Amino acid sequence: MESSQKNMVVQLRGIVKNFGKLEAVKKIDLDVEQGSLVTLLGPSGCGKTTILRMIAGLEHPTAGDIYIKGRLVNDIPIHRRNLGMIFQNYALFPHKSIFDNVAFGLKYRNVSKTDIKEKVRKALEMVRLPDVGDRYPSQLSGGQQQRIALARAIVIEPDVLLMDEPLSALDENLREDMRREIDNLQQMLGVTTIFVTHDQREALSMSDKIVVLNDGVLQQEGPPEDVYNIPTNRFVADFLGSSNFYPGRVMAKENGLYRIRLETGHEFLSNHPFNWNQGDKIELVIRAQKFYVYAENNAPDETLGNSFKGVIKDRSYMGGEVSYFIDLEGGLSIHVISIVNIRALKIGDRVAVDVSPRHCGLLPGQHSIAAS
Amino acid sequence: MKKQNWQPWALLSPSLSAILLLLVIPVLFIIVYSFWLRAPTGAVIPAFQLGNYARFFEDLFYPSILFRTIRVSLICVFLCLIMGYIPAYFFHRSTSRFRQALILLVLLPFWISFIIRTMSWINILGTTGFLNHLLLKIGIISQPLSLLYNEAAVLMGLIQFLLPFMILNIFVSLEGIDKNLLEAARSMGCNEWQAFREVTLPLSLPGVSAGCLLVFVLTAGTYLPPMILGGPGNEMIANLIFNRVIGTLDWPFGSAISVILLLLLGTIVWTYNRYLGISQIFKAFKGN
Repeated sequence: MESSQKNMVVQLRGIVKNFGKLEAVKKIDLDVEQGSLVTLLGPSGCGKTTILRMIAGLEHPTAGDIYIKGRLVNDIPIHRRNLGMIFQNYALFPHKSIFDNVAFGLKYRNVSKTDIKEKVRKALEMVRLPDVGDRYPSQLSGGQQQRIALARAIVIEPDVLLMDEPLSALDENLREDMRREIDNLQQMLGVTTIFVTHDQREALSMSDKIVVLNDGVLQQEGPPEDVYNIPTNRFVADFLGSSNFYPGRVMAKENGLYRIRLETGHEFLSNHPFNWNQGDKIELVIRAQKFYVYAENNAPDETLGNSFKGVIKDRSYMGGEVSYFIDLEGGLSIHVISIVNIRALKIGDRVAVDVSPRHCGLLPGQHSIAAS
Repeated sequence: MKKQNWQPWALLSPSLSAILLLLVIPVLFIIVYSFWLRAPTGAVIPAFQLGNYARFFEDLFYPSILFRTIRVSLICVFLCLIMGYIPAYFFHRSTSRFRQALILLVLLPFWISFIIRTMSWINILGTTGFLNHLLLKIGIISQPLSLLYNEAAVLMGLIQFLLPFMILNIFVSLEGIDKNLLEAARSMGCNEWQAFREVTLPLSLPGVSAGCLLVFVLTAGTYLPPMILGGPGNEMIANLIFNRVIGTLDWPFGSAISVILLLLLGTIVWTYNRYLGISQIFKAFKGN
């Protein structure tokens, strides 16, 4: 227990933050392991930025304790917490040269002039902008400015790197490059990082651990694959990817698979890892990407386990993939996102859909209204 | 294509005519007058000669008034800067819900006539004024102090007129500073004072310099406070112009002094614009 505690760089215990009557953060516990990248993911207003700002010392928690490297920092001001911060709008000092921007934190750490020069040079090399020291922030592009902001934050060798939506001001193409750059740099330096974003793709691709927040409440935390594949509540299932939700009941457990009967009478097999009892009210969750769709006359003989027939009611073509809205026989509508192989199916086409029991998730049912 | 060429000019014509009629033509008249002669009868005689300018620099009397004007203006700028930065910074950092009201209060003096405001200092600082009355009453002094008709009283009158311009200019540039910059500086190890010195102060300098320019130019051209609150030795260049034109009806000489003042202030504004950009001043009046 003691040793696992020691590996935690940031620990939050029962953190509450109220702004007047608004409860922005409600009793959050969080552990951030040494060298890991943890993402706080959620829609705007979920409290993720407030949590980051409390770790930084820019906000004070209404209740609860914050530990950095085992030290209680509630009353330690921001400038003595040894943090690196990256802002959405880069926040480079416009009146200082790039060199002075990167050297800024070192200046306040009693580093000698020659050491500053060397460290700044190394940091600029690390973000692949070695020759811009004499320039000013306004002379650099957005992507370059964010890389300088990154250099400025890592040059002081912070205990924790805090990033507040660092990619959202960048263009789509640049964002992908920058994301990989941050990811690589973080792994190379092994700096513990807390990353705030509302973009699930960023969160899924970079994180060692994702913490999903909504309405100031921690919804689920875990490795990206777990959070994506085994959501534990409807918010997480809905927020990460497009999902279909159907109310139903557990009918039986057969050969390790749960037999689920929906209110529409359709039966699905699911091998959800949690323990469910016969008769439990549940909600069946199937991600739109997990369905296979075939033209009816082209369907394979073998099924993955849950095979249905239906008609395409609507579709939207998105280049690499197509979004289909399909009415199954018996009155069940499903949303399917499918990769286009040769030719997309058309509205009115008769299709067969199939989905593996592995991809049929179960959540506790809450559908007394939907049942009526 | 041709049609579009005149359209902007047509739209601009009302304001351009106003500027031409009310600003450019009067100034041209003054420039022309400054070369004319004044007959002993008081009539003006069209001519082209530099005698009026030569007369200004004949001895030290007139240049000394010009130097006094510059000196008083610089002192006024300095005092307004000190007295203006503090409230501007306070408004900037204030999270009070009365913040907007406080900023409006800065503009409140503008609703009262400048002459009345200047005259009211006589009731405060005069020998039978409020301050002397109070000091006599509580027995600190036995004879009324002569607080009026000196440079300090002139400066007081100038500052109460010009301080809002300084406060607003500084306030607007403070408001324009990205708050993340301050947080970034703090996160890298600055305490609050160091962050102010590294970020807030340098980034507010455009507003500071705009306020300084405005206060300097307005002080150098003002004549009411020295006239009402100043003594015989406190007159400034605008009082001199007033006396020559209204007092001795010497239009040509008064015009020449005006042109000299215009050239001096023009040079300062031009230099400022060259290195700092005049547009900063307008920001203060756009609000935020």
